[in-house]
Amino acid sequence: MVPLIIVAVVIVVLIALVIGIYNALIRLRNQVDNAWSQIDVQLKRRHDLIPNLVETAKGYMKHERGTFEAITEARSKAMGARNVSEASKAEGALGEALSKFMLVVENYPDLKANQNFLSVQEELTSTENKISFARQSYNDQVLFFNNKIQMFPSNIVANSFNFAKRDFFELEAPAEREVPKVSFT
Amino acid sequence: MWELIRANKRNSIILMVLMAAVLLFLGYIIGSLFDPASGLLGRMIAPQHPFQQPQTVKTNYAGLWGMAFAATLWFILMLISFSSGDQILLAASRAKPVTHDNYPQLFNIVEEMKIAAALPAMPKTYIIPDPAPNAFATGRNPKSASVAVTAGLLGRLNRDELQGVIAHEISHILHRDILYVTLAGIMLGSIVLLSQVFLRSMFYSSMMGSRRRYSGGRGGGQAQIILLVIAIIAAIIAPIMAYLLYFALSRRREYLADAGAARLTRYPEGLAGALEKIANDKSPQLATVNKVTAPMYIVNPFKKKKQMKLSDLTSTHPPISERIKILRNMAGASFKDYSDSFTNVTHARTPVPPTALTKEAVALRQASAEARKKERVEKQMRQVGDIMRRINEFVFLTCLCGIKLKVPPNYKADKVRCPRCKRILDLPKK
Repeated sequence: MVPLIIVAVVIVVLIALVIGIYNALIRLRNQVDNAWSQIDVQLKRRHDLIPNLVETAKGYMKHERGTFEAITEARSKAMGARNVSEASKAEGALGEALSKFMLVVENYPDLKANQNFLSVQEELTSTENKISFARQSYNDQVLFFNNKIQMFPSNIVANSFNFAKRDFFELEAPAEREVPKVSFT
Repeated sequence: MWELIRANKRNSIILMVLMAAVLLFLGYIIGSLFDPASGLLGRMIAPQHPFQQPQTVKTNYAGLWGMAFAATLWFILMLISFSSGDQILLAASRAKPVTHDNYPQLFNIVEEMKIAAALPAMPKTYIIPDPAPNAFATGRNPKSASVAVTAGLLGRLNRDELQGVIAHEISHILHRDILYVTLAGIMLGSIVLLSQVFLRSMFYSSMMGSRRRYSGGRGGGQAQIILLVIAIIAAIIAPIMAYLLYFALSRRREYLADAGAARLTRYPEGLAGALEKIANDKSPQLATVNKVTAPMYIVNPFKKKKQMKLSDLTSTHPPISERIKILRNMAGASFKDYSDSFTNVTHARTPVPPTALTKEAVALRQASAEARKKERVEKQMRQVGDIMRRINEFVFLTCLCGIKLKVPPNYKADKVRCPRCKRILDLPKK
């Protein structure tokens, strides 16, 4: 009788443990998905802002056709991206095109004094920040989730219920990492 | 991150239990005094039974009643502040709600930090029409939190610095500090209220009842007087104890919120720059603040009247210069980097709980293009100024504290005092 009770207790404890780990994994996976949707929202917002920006700036920057075309092209590529790695590449390129554009704007004081442009610029700056913060928090969540499904004992539960590792979201823009050199000579 | 929040919750509970013990003890002692059978004050209040003998009472019902009274007081204050504490605080500081339409930049920055911290809901944003630069966060939980900044802060800081301040406030929300401040503030409020009521009633009754003070003092009177003395001492000491406990933890939490801000923005210089500007500010002190709400603000809203050496025990915030130094000394942006920098600067024990010190590589971010450009321009201006001064035969001295002194040629004395560290420096002979 006693050994039977012990076996029953062990089984109950094990089941409770598996349920706990499974629920924790589900919660983490939902958090990762939620973090990804946050990035998605901000990327969409960036795509929506670009026509606005181009429209406001066009009148002032007649000789910068190339810059505008680069932005528009990068935008349409980014909007057509299908998965995380494609999106990484396209969004990185779009970010680069936008920062180049912002450097060119420095040469147009009239444009920089335009109230409309200033508000679009603030929105764009903020959206860029939001993308990078959303990415930051998404990557944190992914790291946490991936650690969980690789570590003992949660890896057993993760494997038997097919929890897959997630990809990090890195914006692939080599220029972003370079330190700009400033010299005073 | 989660380890830190867990450690914070544990600390909050310990603090609450300690403060609750202080409150109940105070209630018990005061209640005992009002016992109509044996309490000193009780017999003073109820002199209609002059012949009743003081008996050895098995259960001190009056003491328990005192405890119940203290608990009720606490409960009522708790109900009020839980239902509308943040609203009362915001209304008292005359804060106005802000939307994206009237302050797009502030609103955007709050939203950025909300995303970085992965808060479940957007905190309500407020502006306090006050020239003193300051900010605070309040609310019960991350789902219903509020952030308020003063107009003075908005006017002085650039985008990166404002982001640093908002990140600090969002960290308070994320670390559940807002709940802790609310709970501890109520507990502190009840203790102060109870002891004040008691001390004042003592003062009053000693004036009114001095003629019949010893009318019933047969047997056990001595013990009662001792109890009375204990009660008076307890009523004076308890609020002080509670204040010290409250302040000790709130200082620690300021450091942790700084660390959290650095981790969220990946850019400690933003907050450091903001703190520097706030520290150098000359505008009058914030109009609507008291000692209990002071720990909620990003910097101590009370301005020191003189250059006093305030005891570390009684200050609600860590010294601002120390906070700036720690932030500027960080090698990365993780909690571990903050902790390392903290021990480097202060040589004290780190405020970061050991469970939160996991190794994680969190690189620092560069300043935004706008700030970098301004920095460049400022540096250029300084260099041009130095060239001009060199031509005009200024003497250049570098003090041990790192400051560069530029002494004009018409300065006649042969010694000069460093404006920052007050060292006396010798001028080279010409």
